Amino acid sequence: MSAELLATLSIFLLALLVGFEVIGKVPATLHTPLMSATNAIHGVILVGAMLVASVAETTADYALGFVVTAFAAMNVVGGYVVTDRMLGMFRAPEASR
Amino acid sequence: MSTVETVVRLAYLAAATCFVLGLHLMNTPATARRGNRLSIAGMLLAVAATLVLLVDSGDTSPAGWIVLAAGAVVGSVAGLWAARAVPMTAMPQLVSLFNAVGGGAAALVAIPELAPPADAASVRVPAALDVVIGALTFAGSLVAAGKLQGLVPGRPVLFPGARVVGGALAVIGAVAAGVLVRGYGGGAAVAVLAAAALALGVALVLPIGGADMPVVISLLNACTGTAVAMAGFVTDNSVLVVAGALVGASGAILTALMAAAMNRSLAAILLGGYGTGDGAS
Repeated sequence: MSAELLATLSIFLLALLVGFEVIGKVPATLHTPLMSATNAIHGVILVGAMLVASVAETTADYALGFVVTAFAAMNVVGGYVVTDRMLGMFRAPEASR
Repeated sequence: MSTVETVVRLAYLAAATCFVLGLHLMNTPATARRGNRLSIAGMLLAVAATLVLLVDSGDTSPAGWIVLAAGAVVGSVAGLWAARAVPMTAMPQLVSLFNAVGGGAAALVAIPELAPPADAASVRVPAALDVVIGALTFAGSLVAAGKLQGLVPGRPVLFPGARVVGGALAVIGAVAAGVLVRGYGGGAAVAVLAAAALALGVALVLPIGGADMPVVISLLNACTGTAVAMAGFVTDNSVLVVAGALVGASGAILTALMAAAMNRSLAAILLGGYGTGDGAS
């Protein structure tokens, strides 16, 4: 096992532990927006999509690059906009009370 | 390490920090929106840094840039339109749809790495896992969205021998994954692996009732996070590993919290077959 892989594994494990702790006491009303927010964050696969599309050389590669970039971009943009919309709804009744 | 690469890696680190802090701010209603915006800032930073990396390396052909731009524009417009146009009541299925495309993207990222059986095992193992988890999530999330939208029956869909079919699919997938990890088989093994994972995703979600779907979507969301982390191992990209692991772990905790809030055990939900939704027939 290379030193680099070991370092990446350490990062992976530590990020998992952070993930377990970071949303410890979230109230039930925030469950759905939080799910949507984490959904948008995994849209970071767009970075991977860009890396794949950038090295494309054959027609099949280009097609794959297009689909993967479109999927990932949809995940990122849609995910964040929906989350923001949910949170906007969430706060409106509180403000008017 | 070149200067550009150093800057890009630091930007990835900053982006990962934004994701963690953003999620943390979403713990309370008062700061939730700020948390989401911080997370958006992290995403913009990560994408901008990757653009810098691509421009600096100069490996991308003009056609590659066009494909990249076209994909980004089409996906963004579709996502923006869907997020704006869909009524508030249809939000859960929309989140599930976005989760599906995210999982699909994660699975597709690994495919070029698996097709030529030349890479080291340290790439093939996460690549195979990525395809399995990503494809399963893609199909499962689409079924979950379909159930909520009423395109797929919301009641638990059970048929005789369903468990046997699920088990057989798991075995087929495991064999294909084993062949790929050992370095044999190219495109055919990848196709079998992806097809088995897709079918398994459908088979796992179909028997679950519509009322349990939010919990299932949350679980599939955590799965996509894990798939993205695997894609990070495949492409050797730290921001994918960190963000993916973060979503995987926090998504798993969130799933448990949501199941507890509904007074349902996760095991009972996943076994499926328990009424709710449109009512068992």
